[in-house]
Amino acid sequence: MPMPDWLRHRRSKPQEAEEAALWTKCPKCSELVYRRDLAANLWVCPRCAHHFRMTAFDRINTLVDSDFTEIGTDILPGDPLQWTDKKSYPAKLAADREKSQLTEGVICGFGNVGGFDAALGVMDFHFRGGTMGTVVGERITMLLEGARERKVPCIIFTASGGARMEEGMLALMQMAKTTAAVARFMEEGNFFITVLTDPTTGGVSASFAFQADVIVAEPKAMIGFAGRRVIEQTIRQKLPEQFQTAEFLLEKGHIDMVVDRHDMKATLVRMLDYASRGAKRTRANLSGAPAPT
Amino acid sequence: MNLIVEREKGLLELERRIEELRQANAQQPVDMSSEIRALEEKYAQIQREIFGSMTPWEKVHMARHPNRPTAADYISQFPTFDELHGDRHFRDDHAIIGGLARLGERAVMLVGEQRGRDTKENLKRNFGMPSPEGYRKVQRLAKLAGRMGVPVVTFVDTKGADPGIGSEERSQSEAIAACLYEFSIAPVPIVATVIGEGGSGGALALSIADRIIMLEHSYYSVASPEGCAAILWSDAGKADEAAAHLKLTAQDLKRFGIVDEIVPEPLGGAHRDPGGTIARVMKAIESALDDLETLPADRLREARYLKYRQMGNLAQQ
Repeated sequence: MPMPDWLRHRRSKPQEAEEAALWTKCPKCSELVYRRDLAANLWVCPRCAHHFRMTAFDRINTLVDSDFTEIGTDILPGDPLQWTDKKSYPAKLAADREKSQLTEGVICGFGNVGGFDAALGVMDFHFRGGTMGTVVGERITMLLEGARERKVPCIIFTASGGARMEEGMLALMQMAKTTAAVARFMEEGNFFITVLTDPTTGGVSASFAFQADVIVAEPKAMIGFAGRRVIEQTIRQKLPEQFQTAEFLLEKGHIDMVVDRHDMKATLVRMLDYASRGAKRTRANLSGAPAPT
Repeated sequence: MNLIVEREKGLLELERRIEELRQANAQQPVDMSSEIRALEEKYAQIQREIFGSMTPWEKVHMARHPNRPTAADYISQFPTFDELHGDRHFRDDHAIIGGLARLGERAVMLVGEQRGRDTKENLKRNFGMPSPEGYRKVQRLAKLAGRMGVPVVTFVDTKGADPGIGSEERSQSEAIAACLYEFSIAPVPIVATVIGEGGSGGALALSIADRIIMLEHSYYSVASPEGCAAILWSDAGKADEAAAHLKLTAQDLKRFGIVDEIVPEPLGGAHRDPGGTIARVMKAIESALDDLETLPADRLREARYLKYRQMGNLAQQ
C-alpha cells in the first residue's frame, strides 16, 4: 500500500514492538500469518477471514483516493475531573499516545472516496479502547458541522468501548453534542453512513452509530449497548456466541448490511453514488418547495 | 443494604422516644420538657452529623432510598394527568410513565422513569430500567408534544437502561440514540428533573433539555459507581471510590455547567418531606417553562444546540 503524504507525516515514528514482530497469530483460527501479508490483505486473516482490529491510519488509507485533510488535530484532552487511580488520567493518555501514535481516539477529516467529496471519521480502538471523551465528541461534531457546511456526505467508522469513565459526565454529554450535530446535518437532507467495526458499544452505539441513514457493519463485529459481561452478570447465564455480532443484528433488523473489508470501499462508493443522484428533499420541503442549494 | 436507611435507624428510634415523652408529658403532672429538649438537641446534632455533609457515595444511597418520592409521586401532584400507553410496536413498558397533564394554564407532556417501592412493583417496573420499547414510547410522546406544541417535562430516575437479552435483540442502542435525536430537534421547551438516580445513557435519553434541574441529593453519572468500578478495576466493590472520582453530585454538575438548577431537599432527604419537595420542584419547572416559552421554536432549538455544543470545552483550557 502506498503511503500518502498525510500519513507519512503523522507516523514519523515506527511502532517498534509491533513492527518488529514478523508473524502474528490469528486470534480466531490460530494461524501464524506473516505480518506483511496480513497488512496487504487489509488485516483480514487469509485462512479464516477474521477481521483484525485496524488502526485508523490503515483504515483511512484503504478508503481515500489520495489525500486526506485532517481536522481537529490541535484539540487535545484535558483532565476535567483530575482523575487519578493507579495512574493519573494524563499519564494514561500519554502512554496511549506513545503506543498508538494517535493524539486521540478518532481521526476526522475530508477527502475523496471513489471520486466523491466526503467527510470521514475513523475511530481507533487502540487509543483508550476507542472511548468517547470530550475530544472524540468535539472532533466528530466538527466533522458533521464541516460536512453540513460543505454539503457533503459523512461516513463514520465506529470502534468504541463506550463513554470514557475518566471524563465523567462531560464524556456522557458528548452523546448529546454529537447527536445535536447529526440531527442538524441530517435534517437538511445530507447523507450519513456509519460503519460499525469491532467493537461498537455503550455511548457510541447509543448515539451517532445508530443514527445514520445507512448502517453497515464488518463481519463478526461485536455490537451492542451493554457489554457481554454486564448482561451475563445480570441474567446469570452464558450468552450464545453469535449474540451481539453483526450477523445477529442483521437478522434482527438493526443494521442494513454486513460487508467484508475487501468490498467496503466499493460498497461505500456505490452508496455515495446513489446519494449524489437523488434530488435533495428534506422534511421541510417535502411539500414541493425548492430544496436549499 | 442502603447506607442511609441504616443510619436513619438510630434517628427514627430517637424520634419515637421524643414522641413518647411528649405524649407522657401532656398526661402527667411531672414536667419533662427539659429532657425532651435535650433529646431534641441530640437528635438535631446527629441529623447534622449524618446529613450535613454527605460523601458522593452516601448521596448515591440517598438517591436510592426506598422511600424517596418517585416519578409517579410527582406526576400525581399535577391537577390532571392522562396516561398514554405503549410504543405502538411491541408493548407498553411500565418502567416509563408518560402522558398529558395540566400545569396551571398550560398543557404539558409528562415523561418519567418509574421504579417500584416493593419487589412486586419492581418486577412490574423492571426496577425502573426502561427497555427499548420504553424509549420508543418516549420518542412517540416527544414527537406528539412537538406536533401539539406543548412542552415536555421529564422526571429522570433510573439505574440505567435495561441490559437484558431482549433489550439487545430489540436494539437498546437505537432506541436511546433515537430518543436523543428526537429531543435535540423538538420544537417545544424541554425541562428535565433528575429526582433520584441519573444512570448513564438510560438517563440521558430523557434529559436532552433546555433546562436541567437536579434535586440536591440526586446523582447523575456516566456510569453507575458499581459499573465504573467493574469496568476500570474489575471490582464492583470499589464503587465508593468510583463515586468519589466520577463527580456525579448535583453540586459538581452545576459547577461543570451540565445542570442549571439545584432544588434543595429537607435535612435527611426528600422522603422526610415529600409534599414540600415536590412542590418546590414543580415551582422550579413552572418558572423554567415561563422563561422558555418566550422563545420561538427556532431560537429555542438554536439555544439548545449551542448549550450542548460547548459542553466539554473545558478540555481545551
